[in-house]
Amino acid sequence: MTSNTVLRWGLYGILFLFAAFYLMPLFVMLTTSLKSLEEIRTGSLLALPREITFAPWAEAWSTACAGTQCEGLRPFFWNSVLMAVPAVAISTVVGALNGYVFAQWRFRGANLFFAAILFGCFIPFQVVLLPMAQMLGLMGIAGTIPGLIFVHVIYGIGFTTLFFRNYYVTIPQELVRAAKVDGAGFFRIFWSIFLPISLPIITVSVIWQFTQIWNDFLFGVSFSGPGSQPVTVALNNIVNSTTGVKAYNVDMAAAIIAALPTLLVYVVAGKYFIRGLTAGSVKG
Amino acid sequence: MEWLERNVPKLVLAPSFVAILVFVYGFIAWTAWISFTRSRLMPRYELDGFIQYERLFAAPRWDVAMNNLFIFGGLFIVISMVIGLALAIFLDQKIRAEGVLRTIYLYPMALSLIVTGTAWKWILNPGLGVQEMVRGWGFENFAFDWLIRPDMAIYTIVLAAVWQASGFVMALFLAGLRSVDTEIIRAAQVDGIPTHRIYSAIIIPTMAPIFLSAFIVLAHLAIKAFDLVIALTGGGPGYATDLPATYMYAMAFSRGDLGQAASSAMIMMMVIFAIVVPYLYSELRPRRDQ
Amino acid sequence: MKLKTVLAASTAVMMAGPVLANPQAEVLHWWTSGGEARSVAVLQEQFAAEGGTWTDMPVAGGGGDAAMTALRARVLSGNAPTAVQLKGPAIQEWYEETGLADIGAVAEENGWADVLPAQIAEHMKCEGEWCAAPVNVHRVNWIWGNKQILDEHGIEMPTTWDEFNAAAAKLQEAGVTPLAHGGQAWQDATVFETVVLGIGGPEFFQQALVDLDPEALTSDTMKQVFDQMRTIRGYVDPNFSGRDWNLATAMVMNGEAAFQIMGDWAKGEFLAAGKEPGTDFVCAQTPGNGFLYNVDSFAFFNVEGDDKQQGQALLARLIMGEDFQKTFNLNKGSIPARTDVALDEFDSCAVASAEAMNAGAQDGSLLPSYAHGMALRGAPAGAITDVVTAHFNSDMSSDDAVQQLADAVANAM
Repeated sequence: MTSNTVLRWGLYGILFLFAAFYLMPLFVMLTTSLKSLEEIRTGSLLALPREITFAPWAEAWSTACAGTQCEGLRPFFWNSVLMAVPAVAISTVVGALNGYVFAQWRFRGANLFFAAILFGCFIPFQVVLLPMAQMLGLMGIAGTIPGLIFVHVIYGIGFTTLFFRNYYVTIPQELVRAAKVDGAGFFRIFWSIFLPISLPIITVSVIWQFTQIWNDFLFGVSFSGPGSQPVTVALNNIVNSTTGVKAYNVDMAAAIIAALPTLLVYVVAGKYFIRGLTAGSVKG
Repeated sequence: MEWLERNVPKLVLAPSFVAILVFVYGFIAWTAWISFTRSRLMPRYELDGFIQYERLFAAPRWDVAMNNLFIFGGLFIVISMVIGLALAIFLDQKIRAEGVLRTIYLYPMALSLIVTGTAWKWILNPGLGVQEMVRGWGFENFAFDWLIRPDMAIYTIVLAAVWQASGFVMALFLAGLRSVDTEIIRAAQVDGIPTHRIYSAIIIPTMAPIFLSAFIVLAHLAIKAFDLVIALTGGGPGYATDLPATYMYAMAFSRGDLGQAASSAMIMMMVIFAIVVPYLYSELRPRRDQ
Repeated sequence: MKLKTVLAASTAVMMAGPVLANPQAEVLHWWTSGGEARSVAVLQEQFAAEGGTWTDMPVAGGGGDAAMTALRARVLSGNAPTAVQLKGPAIQEWYEETGLADIGAVAEENGWADVLPAQIAEHMKCEGEWCAAPVNVHRVNWIWGNKQILDEHGIEMPTTWDEFNAAAAKLQEAGVTPLAHGGQAWQDATVFETVVLGIGGPEFFQQALVDLDPEALTSDTMKQVFDQMRTIRGYVDPNFSGRDWNLATAMVMNGEAAFQIMGDWAKGEFLAAGKEPGTDFVCAQTPGNGFLYNVDSFAFFNVEGDDKQQGQALLARLIMGEDFQKTFNLNKGSIPARTDVALDEFDSCAVASAEAMNAGAQDGSLLPSYAHGMALRGAPAGAITDVVTAHFNSDMSSDDAVQQLADAVANAM
């Protein structure tokens, strides 16, 4: 009994130690964002603020300069929303249908194609920048939000297809066969049998895609035009001054603000995320 | 009409098929072509043999980058899996604060390293971060100076990458543990099989698909690791923490040496192919008869 | 490739009468925050005051790397920005790839040739025609010192590298970090080029880092340069790796270190913290003679439409306007590219910089900075930096270093 208690304490010790490790960078960012620049310059970077100020947060949100426009992150937030929401929705729908086919409507070469899609997940984005720029130019959507949505959908399909395929593959094929006998078609079966049970995996796909797309910088910086730059590009513009004076407190506040939507998604939907993953794994 | 009915599944896949064909494999082919040219600032299409590959293999920096990829990729994938699995098993022991802990482990995945890079840089810097803090507590000889040692700096990249991804892997494994049939476990407990045996012999073997998902997510992060290096070390000290992705980016975009960048990209793609394809093959095959 | 003459014609029309169309400019630049952003905003205001519409396209990061990435994507998608922050040989490189707009009419109208140092004017020309407008001149070879520390130890600003070494040894003995340095490749390269200038002199600098003469690269002088780099390595604190330049400046400011070698943008840090030149900190040229310049400029891509071409002409005129050159450079810590701007409001370091520039223009010691992309194209410059930073961050011998330098340069051609 006592050895069990010791074990239990050890377990909690390890778990909390790891928690501290995971929280460290966030702690540094938070404390820095609440200090005055003077305090950062003179004090230890890891210390708690002597005097708490929220001025950096206000500045980051509404007055910090990202270029000649000094309106903080606010205007760029909307661009990111306009980009992320459709891109997440479309790539999830496409991934769901693809996964449904791969899991339940096998045909010759399906596995090869599935592997080809998965391999596509690995292509480094730096490789596709320039040819993609040419394609977007040809399609007439270069430098626009639809262009960005298009790019994110294309390179999101691989993962969403993987998620849905692994989820639907656990559903017995007899179900589809029986429905077919009843005269239900491809979409009918998807709509009435698969979609209603898909909430968990949709959550997973949405969280994953939202995180990837919201945090993307490389595509955002290359394929956006004036007025369509996403928040990561604005953040980078605020934080990355080459030869100017660095306001670390504003930088950190801006960084946290830019990350808030994804943080929120993880905190609020994290529970469903695990549930979704659970539902879509080894059972069946 | 009947033909349409029969081919609906293929028609549904068709747009993705075309997209992947053009935007993944077409672009790889484009890159392959460019790697045989003398493209500099912008793409040019006159072929000029293997000159870029010769230059690539003559560059000491490329050797460093490739070495780092193997060190980083290997350690990152293994450590993240081990920590992820361990944390998942620990959390599975009816822990009281599970919800909070889980969120804390998971949140780094929500942040991009553009956001956390500076904080990591401070933490790892011996003069500003952990080393200084611990020494401040009175442990004068405490050393944590990997960031500034050319032979150790790559491990700081591993550390930050593990920080970012291991929580996600934990979530994957936790989900796997939760979905194992509780009947089997209970039966094993009744038979008096010790807990660690239940995990190693019964639960973990059923989680093969999870290992696949985790591997794909981690390998994809490892190969694309780019922001990480830029934010943490900028490739330094010297170019000791350069990775193929940063090498390629530097060549293509800061040095106007596109042909060179393309050749490095092709080598990278070959490495990915060599590692990922056998894995995909072995993982996908047994599930065909499901 | 022939330069466009349409623009010249439209400019002439604009100069002759009132503004006909609404001049448009989309400007891609990487001056996105703090003083830099405010400086660009001045230009934007002037542009708007003349009836123009300015579309801002800021992309910061990596000293312009991210902006150059965006630029390539824009050009490949057939949608080049009107004006782009470009500098050094990259201007001519882009001209060769895609062509650039000719702004000769504006330049002639405003007599640019008479007010720019010849060396700097040369950077603004593509095949003899004006294709870019300079904004400022940064001097790279500055050494900054903490006045209090130097006085305390009775140290003068060094004028030779031997003096520097002696001063550094003395400081180190007294427990002061002699040199604040940030171990990032470009900072290593910055120190390196000042050492090349100091030990080899302007002529050697030209041979080695501009002409890439293999003999100069493997010469004994170059070995001495690497020897000196090794010596300097001993005078930086152990935690220098990856440090941002401004944190190094802060070390000098706070008295943790005595010197820093950095371009004149470091002055902005001192001034922002309320430090006074001459009383709190001192600026001097790095040991040796000469002036390494880093000139920011804007180049103009070929664009369709009268309004955009008028925008380019207007922008070019404003950038070189005395008014903007003064305001901008007061903000940024650099000096005007125009030599005829009154310097009354500038601080003593800037005035010294302007004098040195004029002197250098006469005696041939006005030289392009290699570390800041003024002397060489990207590939050879990067290859040199690779060797410099590898040497500085390892125990490579000077003999190996010069050999690698020659190999790397040959491999980059």
